[in-house]
Amino acid sequence: MRAIVLAQAEEPNPVLPHVSEIILGFIAFGLLLFVLWKYVTPRFEKLYTERVEKIEGGIEKAEKAQAEAEQARQKYNAQLSEARTEAAKVRDDARLEAENIRAELRAEAEAEAARIVAAGEARLQARKAQIIAELRSELGRNSIELASRIVGESLEDDARRRGTVDRFLAELDTAGSRN
Amino acid sequence: MGLQVLAEGGEFEAPGVKDFLFSDPDKIWVLNKAMVLVVVAAIIVAVFYLTATRRMKIVPNRFQFIAESFYDLGRNTIAREQIGSAEFRPFVPLILALFSFILVNNLFGIIPVIYFPSLSHIGFPLALSVLVVYPVYHFVGMRKHGVGGYLKNQLFPPNVPWPVYLLLTPIEFITKFVANPLTLALRVFAAMLAGHLLLLVFILGGEYLVVEASGWFIAPGIFSWVFALVITFLEVLVMAIQAYVFAVLSASYIGAALAEEH
Repeated sequence: MRAIVLAQAEEPNPVLPHVSEIILGFIAFGLLLFVLWKYVTPRFEKLYTERVEKIEGGIEKAEKAQAEAEQARQKYNAQLSEARTEAAKVRDDARLEAENIRAELRAEAEAEAARIVAAGEARLQARKAQIIAELRSELGRNSIELASRIVGESLEDDARRRGTVDRFLAELDTAGSRN
Repeated sequence: MGLQVLAEGGEFEAPGVKDFLFSDPDKIWVLNKAMVLVVVAAIIVAVFYLTATRRMKIVPNRFQFIAESFYDLGRNTIAREQIGSAEFRPFVPLILALFSFILVNNLFGIIPVIYFPSLSHIGFPLALSVLVVYPVYHFVGMRKHGVGGYLKNQLFPPNVPWPVYLLLTPIEFITKFVANPLTLALRVFAAMLAGHLLLLVFILGGEYLVVEASGWFIAPGIFSWVFALVITFLEVLVMAIQAYVFAVLSASYIGAALAEEH
């Protein structure tokens, strides 16, 4: 007990500051503060600014890219619908054209058929006329020969002969038409 | 009982303030362990931040991330919160330096080999509060509001009936010009001194019981060491809190000095 009391009496007072400690503490802290103020804080602040810029820039870039993508999508969609309408139009045109071609071909074929029919008919008519003419002359000659043989009289005068034959033929015609 | 113990072994000297290696108070210029530690702490903090910030990357590595966490704490959590986002920037280095420097000095108290919280010597916290924080907050307050405006702001809070000033103004004066810087220094000093003393009591007491006493006294001696370990963890918490509180209060004094109204 006595020893403790003695020890306490010898102990320095902890609340009384040492001037040298105050001065040293002030200088040491002052130098530290200078270093932080001069070098450390500006570096941190610069980094923070850079980081903010980078992040904001990144966001901006992403937004831009998104807008571009959206634009491209719309363009693509527009092109797609355009292509679709165009394809439909092409299809319609083709159908129309095919129809036209078909109609044309049919008309052509019909015309051809008509032409062939007409040509055939004309040829038939010509042939008929020719045959009629041939028959007529042949019939005339034969008739004359027959008549001259029967009548026994030579009919040398052409005009007379023709008149006789024509008259005969006319009679034949009337007889034919009467029948 | 106590006498019996003392009689068996050597004399037990209770740990006290003398264990804090005070130099002779009559000699002013003398180097002691605490002074060396304070300088070392300043160097550690400066080198730490200089190294961490030398090649800063947008995406931080682990080391830079730790430094950034400290910087964030000083800048955003303490300075910006207390001073306000308009005016806090010039004070960021001060707050960061205060927090880091005090934290390192405090942690010396539990770092093996060193085992000495340098701020348990009151000279150092006094230097920080009375020579640094105190002039800073009065200076920036007067620079912003003018000497008269600043004193009026600080000593005559508005919206108070005038007789109250008879009581309020002296209180405000003592608070702002005497108590604030002293309590700021005393708080961390007392916490470090008391915490370290507590550790000394349990460690030296345990050692005495184990080495000098014998038999059944070894058990409480070992228990005392275990308890010292627990107190060590508590001390880490106290050390960090004290550094934080010092920085927060400094920032809050600056913020109050700059504020338009009390």
